[in-house]
Amino acid sequence: MSTHADTHAHEDDHGHHHKETFMTKYIFSQDHKMISKQYLITGTIMGVIGVLMSIMFRMQIAWPEEPNVLFEALLGKWAPGGVMDADIYLALVTIHGTIMVFFVLTAGLSGTFSNLLIPLQIGARDMASGFLNMISYWLFFLSSVIMIISLFVEAGPAAAGWTIYPPLSALPMAQGGSGMGMTLWLVSMAIFIASSLLGSLNYIVTIINLRTKGMSMTRLPLTIWAFFVTAIIGVVSFPVLLSAALLLIMDRSFGTSFFLSDIFIQGEVLHYQGGSPVLFEHLFWFLGHPEVYIVILPAMGIVSEIMASNSRKPIFGYRAMIASILAIAFLSTIVWGHHMFISGMNPFLGSVFTFTTLLIAIPSAVKSFNWMTTIWKGNIQMNTAMLFSIGFVSTFITGGLTGIIMGDSALDINIHDTYFIVAHFHLVMGISALYGMFAGIYHWYPRMFGRMMNKNLGYIHFWVTAICAYGVFFPMHFIGMAGLPRRYYTNSNFPLFDDLANVNVVITVFAIIGGIFQLVFLYNFFVSIFYGKKAPQNPWRSTTLEWTAPVKHIHGNWPGEIPHVYRWAYDYSKPGHDVDFVPQNVPLKEGEEELQH
Amino acid sequence: MTAFLTIIIVLFVAVAIWQMVKIFDLAQVGSSNSQIATDNDNKINAYLMLAFLAFIYIITIVCFVKWGDLPLMSNSASEHGSEIDNLMIITMVIIFIVQTVTQYLLHYFAFKYRGEKGKKALFYADNNTLEAIWTIIPVIVLAGLIIYGLFTWTSIMNVNEDDDPLIIELYAQQFNWKARYGGNDNTLGKANVRLINLDNANILGLDESDPNAQDDIITSELHLPVGKPVLFKMRSQDVLHSAYMPHFRAQMNCVPGMVTQFGFTPTITTADMRQTQQIKDKVANINNIRAEKSKELAAKGEAALEPYEFDYLLLCNKICGKSHYNMQMNIIVETQEEYDAWIKEQKEFKDSLIK
Repeated sequence: MSTHADTHAHEDDHGHHHKETFMTKYIFSQDHKMISKQYLITGTIMGVIGVLMSIMFRMQIAWPEEPNVLFEALLGKWAPGGVMDADIYLALVTIHGTIMVFFVLTAGLSGTFSNLLIPLQIGARDMASGFLNMISYWLFFLSSVIMIISLFVEAGPAAAGWTIYPPLSALPMAQGGSGMGMTLWLVSMAIFIASSLLGSLNYIVTIINLRTKGMSMTRLPLTIWAFFVTAIIGVVSFPVLLSAALLLIMDRSFGTSFFLSDIFIQGEVLHYQGGSPVLFEHLFWFLGHPEVYIVILPAMGIVSEIMASNSRKPIFGYRAMIASILAIAFLSTIVWGHHMFISGMNPFLGSVFTFTTLLIAIPSAVKSFNWMTTIWKGNIQMNTAMLFSIGFVSTFITGGLTGIIMGDSALDINIHDTYFIVAHFHLVMGISALYGMFAGIYHWYPRMFGRMMNKNLGYIHFWVTAICAYGVFFPMHFIGMAGLPRRYYTNSNFPLFDDLANVNVVITVFAIIGGIFQLVFLYNFFVSIFYGKKAPQNPWRSTTLEWTAPVKHIHGNWPGEIPHVYRWAYDYSKPGHDVDFVPQNVPLKEGEEELQH
Repeated sequence: MTAFLTIIIVLFVAVAIWQMVKIFDLAQVGSSNSQIATDNDNKINAYLMLAFLAFIYIITIVCFVKWGDLPLMSNSASEHGSEIDNLMIITMVIIFIVQTVTQYLLHYFAFKYRGEKGKKALFYADNNTLEAIWTIIPVIVLAGLIIYGLFTWTSIMNVNEDDDPLIIELYAQQFNWKARYGGNDNTLGKANVRLINLDNANILGLDESDPNAQDDIITSELHLPVGKPVLFKMRSQDVLHSAYMPHFRAQMNCVPGMVTQFGFTPTITTADMRQTQQIKDKVANINNIRAEKSKELAAKGEAALEPYEFDYLLLCNKICGKSHYNMQMNIIVETQEEYDAWIKEQKEFKDSLIK
């Protein structure tokens, strides 16, 4: 490995002499730092669309079938007279879920920070294959564009829920959105999966092969461990979704019967025979559940790193943290059936999946307690990134605990597909992962753009977001427990739920305020690129290697030799040192022992 | 109106942001503009952490007090319902305690150990005993919950056909429900959507030559005799639906191409349920809300809302298309005599066909 790094160093000493055109520098860049920015900005744009959609359907739930200028302006023919149509309601819910889960929290989060941090933190010149990395981004971009185009299809975008269960998603006569809209959805996802696989393979290879001298696996920062394991889960599970999508395309377009059987719709019997929608559910959730961890693990890594740095303390239980990441990754592939307790599969399977599902609570608990111990007796620097990290732990606990209810098959019978599950997964993976992403952006912004974000705007962004997140999702548990199903266009046909209408108004008001305050972030983000204060070399006084690279980005990351690593990533406030952090590239002092972590 | 409200909200938000920026700016007079947290920032945010902890507690209390009287935690109308409710309450108590304690620790630590210049953090990287403690405690608690949960699940899902349950088919289509009773022989006739013949009104696709099908009874309201085990066989003709009967703690998907099942025993008749204090209060509350709303509607010259009367409901709970939000069927639980009288009035399948 050391020889490899060294030869690499010599080659790349000349790297920055290459003449770069605008095209190769900003568009078809093969530099991981630029690609990470591309991911981040594309993800942010998709995020704005996704959040805007959620605000629209929240308005419909709170003030059902009332004319709304926002609908009239944005939905056009789907909101005659400003009243939202029931079909577009389902489409908004569907595309919101798809965009947030895949385009923002998978590509936007993992794509951004894996790309930025893997080479910089392990001490590599770039990704193993810069070319594949570029292809990966452009496939992601292409899939984003196709997903956006699908919004403008005549019969409407996909509207079968983000889980696109057939037959609803397979039969254009079942729903307008299951025509061209669904075709584009499937094509977009297939391309997205290709992008994700290329990215993941690249991350895995880079982490295994390109670590600098001294960077053993047990000296890696937890961010890298998290990205590494995330990439592995992605490689294992995404192909299964690809196969499900391909089989669904065949059922839709070529008359096969993988997922369809015995269907009578709109006065005619269809030819499909022998397929099973439950098979699709198995295939979908074999990705769908690990996907939750693909979303949350990078956030966990980011939070671990930021918490240690800002508490000026080593992360507590480094090995336990790695072990719990591995345990979560393993368990995540054998719990998918908990989405299907009442799908009609054998109840015995339900018992097995309850068992494995509740086991996941154990590594999750270990992680949470370790984070709390990390800040215990720390010297906590309340930078915005730190606030979001603390917020992450808070929402992760709140949302995670209700998982003990959802994961219990007996209890799931009655809250399945109610607002309870909406509250649960938004807190535990939606909001938490978003906090992880925000934390990462605030923390590594100086590394990405060479400037600082405004901290006061950051504080405002955090506190309002934190309050609104709880304001939106906490009461949702209660309307779920009262039996209110999700994905209802309006509840006004059920007088039974009339007493919950005011809760829905409260939730929507919080959602609107929370949504508007994201503008503070966007303003801060984009303005700081140009007018932010120039960043110092190591603003947060962190130990990891990325802060040893020059502020101004260069090809190959470090001029001259790549730094060597002599210690783990968490020597904060180590006794016997004058400063409260010792970077990884500082050799051990005479007589100093590396912690047996 | 909404437009106006939206503008007002936006204005307020803008003012709020401006004010907050001011406050933070004022709080920082004299410090350097490095965009890195100062001692003062640490202090303000540390206190805000405490305030936020209070906010979490308050929102929890408000939710429990205002909406904690949950129909899904008490007052179940089926035999197994109370088992689910007990398990739910035990789990809720456990997670409530864990939530209260952990949120306290997290936010209190954030407050207590806020950064100050010159302070040095404790170098504390590892402790196997602690790790073991917080591995083993969740293991024990979860083991208890898993075992309890699995017993409950198994007892609910294992339908015992020896009790001679009443067999009823729940038949789902976009966007309504049908129920099919086995008739005198309590046996459902064979059926497949391929046999649907709208011309002679064989709408559920029953096999017209099957003797068991002749006395089947198809209804669009679900009547159940109280105290008698019922075994539902679910079918769907088009897309996935889910038969959700929240008052009975019952739910099962309806899957095209296969028959799924769920069984329970209703324990309280609709009439008795309406007389329970909890339902009386709920209905009164809902009717107040509806009366208010009717006034608004009347002002606009629209028809008033009908008063609400409690009924058990079957809802569709799996996204199934445009009118998913209005796919429901009334469930009426009644005494055996009332049920017998009602079923006698229904047409048998062989008589319902158009010859």
